[in-house]
This record gives sequence, C-alpha cells and structure tokens, in this order.
Amino acid sequence: MTVATRKPPELRRPRTSGKTGDLPRKVFSSSIMWLLAVVYGFPALWFVLSSLKPAGDLFTYPLTLLPKHFTFSGYTQAWSSFNFAQYFLNTLIVATAATLLTILASAASGYALAKYNSWWLKGFTICIIATTMLPGETLLTPLFLVIRDLGLYNSLAGVVVPAVITATGTFMFRQFFVTVPNDLLEQARIDGSSELAIFLRIMLPLARPIMLTLAIISFQWRWNDYLWPLVILNDPHQFTLQIGVASIVGAQNVNWSVLLGASVLSMIPLVAIYLIFQKYVMNADINAGLKD
Amino acid sequence: MVDSDQRPRPSPGDSADRPPEPIRRGPFTRVRRRNSYVLTPLLLISANLILFALFFIWPAAIGLYYSFTSYTGVGSAPPVGLQNYQNLFHDADFYAALLRTFVYAACVVPTTFVASLGVAYLLISPYAKGKPLARTIFFVPWLISPIIAGVIWRWIFGENFGLVNFIIIKLGGDAVPWQSNANLSLIIVIIAATWGNTAFNMLIFTAALKNVPTAYYEAAELDGANAWQKFRRITLPAIAPTSFIVILLTTLGAMKEYPLFRAINDGGPGTENNLIVQYIYKTGFRNAHIGYASAASFVLMFILMIIAGIQLMINRRRES
Repeated sequence: MTVATRKPPELRRPRTSGKTGDLPRKVFSSSIMWLLAVVYGFPALWFVLSSLKPAGDLFTYPLTLLPKHFTFSGYTQAWSSFNFAQYFLNTLIVATAATLLTILASAASGYALAKYNSWWLKGFTICIIATTMLPGETLLTPLFLVIRDLGLYNSLAGVVVPAVITATGTFMFRQFFVTVPNDLLEQARIDGSSELAIFLRIMLPLARPIMLTLAIISFQWRWNDYLWPLVILNDPHQFTLQIGVASIVGAQNVNWSVLLGASVLSMIPLVAIYLIFQKYVMNADINAGLKD
Repeated sequence: MVDSDQRPRPSPGDSADRPPEPIRRGPFTRVRRRNSYVLTPLLLISANLILFALFFIWPAAIGLYYSFTSYTGVGSAPPVGLQNYQNLFHDADFYAALLRTFVYAACVVPTTFVASLGVAYLLISPYAKGKPLARTIFFVPWLISPIIAGVIWRWIFGENFGLVNFIIIKLGGDAVPWQSNANLSLIIVIIAATWGNTAFNMLIFTAALKNVPTAYYEAAELDGANAWQKFRRITLPAIAPTSFIVILLTTLGAMKEYPLFRAINDGGPGTENNLIVQYIYKTGFRNAHIGYASAASFVLMFILMIIAGIQLMINRRRES
C-alpha cells in the first residue's frame, strides 16, 4: 500500500526514446533548465563560499568565487559570540514538538474528514479552509493576548501550540485517506475492530509516506518561523535561531563575517534532513485540498 | 450525540459510514455502533477543533472587541467606538504601508507564477536531462528561511561590497544604490521572494502537470500543434484550478510578508518599504497600541477576504 512513495509510471517515455529528431528539443530543454538551475543555485553557493572567506577578504574587490584562504573563523565567532547552542536547542525543541503534534492532529482530522460524513464535519472543513485564508499574521495582536492569558507568553510552548493546526497537513491526510478503499474499513468493522482501533492500527500505518512528507514540511515551517516566535519570546534564553540571526542583521553595523557564519550554521540541519528524506517531498502529491 | 439519529447520507465515495449490512446484532449493539460513528470522528477532530476555537475564534472575538477600545495591553480597555478605524483611515503611514503591500503583491505574484510553472514544466518534460540533480538545486531555496534568504540577497546586492555591483563596475557601470533607493530595494525583495517561493509552488504544479492526460498532447501533435500551442491550449486550461490555488496562496502570502523585508532592508530606507504586517507589529508591540493595531489587523483581514472572494469569483466564472 505504499502507493504514494512509488513513482507514477512515466507515460511519455516510450514516445521519446530512440528518435533522433528529438535531439534539438533535448538540447533546448536541458540548457534552459540548467541555466535556471544555475540561477537558483548560485546565490546560496556564493553565500556559503563567502562564509568561508576570512573577514578581511569579504569586502576587498576584486571578489573571487573561491576563498583564497579557507577559514571557519566566521563560524566559530558566531558560535561563541551568541548563545548559539541555546538557540539551536530551542529551535530544535520547537520544530520537533510542533511537527509531532501537527502530524497527530492532522492525521486524525484528515481521517475523520475522509471517512465519516455529517453536517458538522462539513462545517469543520470550512473552518479549516478559513485558517489558510486568515492566517495568524492577521490576528497577531489578539493572538498574542490569548497566549498571554493562557500563561504561555515567553515560553516555547506558546510558539508550538498555535502552530499545530494546519490546513495543508489536514488536507494532505484527507486526500490520502479518501484513496484508501472503503472495503478495508468495512472488513475491519466486520471483524469487530473498534473505530478508533481501525484508525490507529490499520489506517495510520498506511499513511506513513504522508506522515514523512508532512514531517519535513512542518519541520521546515517551524525551523524557519520568525514573526510568531519574535512576538512570543522575550527572554534571550528562549530565542530561536531566526530571531538570533535577525538580531545580527538588525545591528547598527552589520558584522558580515559573523552573520554569514551564523546563517550557514542555521541552515545546515534542514539541508541535511532534506537530503536524507528528499524523495518524500519530491514525490508528494500536494494539491492543497484541491481535488477529491 | 445530537447527530446520533441522523443516518449519514450515502454519497458515492463514502459508503463506508453505513454499518455493515450482513451482520445482524441486537438493537443495543447497533445503537452503540451508530454512536461510535459520531463519537469517533468527534474525538479525531477534537485536537484541531480545540486549537481552532482557541487560536482563531477567541483571538478573532477579542481582537474585534479591542479594536473598538484604546487598549494598551495592560489595565482597562476604555471603549472609543469607531475612533480607531477613523484614525486609521486618516493615517498616512497606514495608507503608505497598504499601498506598498499592494505594489509588492502585484509584482511578486506574477513572477512566482511564471517561475514555478516554468520550472515545473521543465522538470516533467521528457526532453530535459539531469532532472534529479536540477530538482534538488531548485529545492534548496525552499529550505532557506526568509530571514536567511534576505541575508543572502542583501549580501549579493550590497552597495559597497555586493557581487552585483562588483560586476556592474567591472562592466564599466556605476555602483547602483540597492539599499538607499526604495524601489531598487523592493526589487531585491521581489527577486528574493520569487527565488524562495518557487520550490513549493513548483511541487503543486508538478502534481497537476502529471495529471494532464497524455492523449491530449498526442492528438495535438497529430494535428501539428507546436510546443507553445500545446502549452497554451492544453496545459494551461488543464491546470487552471491549480493555477488558481497557487495565485491565491501566493497573493495571501505576499500580503502578509514581513521577515524578508526585515532581513533585506528592515522596511527601509526610512519607512518606505514598511508593509502592512510590519506596520501592525510596530504599532501593536513596539508602541503598545493594541486597540489600534487590532483595528489595522481587521482591515487587513477584510482585504484578504475581499481578495480571496474576488479570485474565487473569477475562477468560478471562468469554469462555467
């Protein structure tokens, strides 16, 4: 049942293979694609290479692509001059907790929306869609007051909890569970499984690929979040990486050497996770709840 | 429990909610069964339901209330009627922020649309070679947070040290004031946003493009259609619903952009590139005018609803 992980059959391949007339098209498409790939890849590459240059070489024209001397001083300076280890830990806690809770909440709601039918579930679907139309930013100040009244101000929990509900996640699961045959459900019911057990023992394991896809997407969202942590966290010990990096940019005189090092350091975990799990993102059939 | 007597309406894809017919048990078990068709989904959506009530309904309600007061976050909230809204409509800063937000959205939505559809089209094309690696490269910007993306583009477009100005000078031009000119500064943000938005929208487009029946293309090829005609007459209409979603989400995203501006120019030079969210954040949190900021929030929410409504209407008209 690992439908979602397998690649769809490439229907167009047989038509194209072995035709010499396709060569110009191949050259044309490939060169445009690779030109764009260079345009998209270069800024990050330039940035990472710059971060390896000594502070003195950063601003001396002529600029060179490769550093003349490789140095990690930007990184060590960034690590020591800010409470970077703490920022890392805080961000990791926020991203991990939010991701786990998001998966649980989204899988449960997505399953309910796919396999049960009632007027209040339809109403709830509309509520979930409304959350994409009216994101947290539009309710920034009152949402802050709610968090404060709940006693979650200046705590990592205050960053995590409001972020758990997501329309994208809920609809990803809904879309998946709609494709799971109802026979499976009825069979389990005949066998006497309780409704909840069917969800936990049969349906949830089936949705493993969706869980991984959402895990990566959600982890990325929370790792890169800026505005909401900024509003909720006040104590520098609670800061996340994005707030930490933004505070370097906000300084009167930007220390570029430290900024480059800190920025690259903060990207590393996500890039690593992505490279390991990229097939789950790439093959994801994300259509934002569009088709049934 | 209210719903326990109402049998779910059997719809084509959803026959599963009916109790299995062949099994005949006592009336007691059937009632319990039917109750579990209400209780289980309720339990399953409970987490999201509570979160929705706590973090959407509640803030919306108190936000609406505070927008009619001059609340500062502490103490009492003296009601001021429509004063906040009246002040807002006479606030030049608010108008400037709103206008700048519209300009930004009007620029970034088309660039994002073209870039992500173009990349998606190339990535499913059978002619392009080396797609797996290219796909990974296109995806890297998605991993980079808006703050870091802002730093990257700020670094490249630095006035005295940036790569772009270095190349311009090398080619015999004069250094371009990327930071001190508001419009040039906005262009950097648009480039950075397009760069960052492409990957995710590309993913949505890829899923849609794969679902266009190949028979259409084959038929068009027999009729002698060229690549552009096929794209214009087959691909674009076939993915129209997806295009709609991408445009809608990108517009909503652009209307609430802040971190990129924070990193690239902090809304500057001066306050020329302050967008609406930055305006709300500043008045609400730095100046503690919570009532006033809530009013601004509701104006933004109202605008977003209008935008979503207009786009939905256009989409529906095109479909019919």
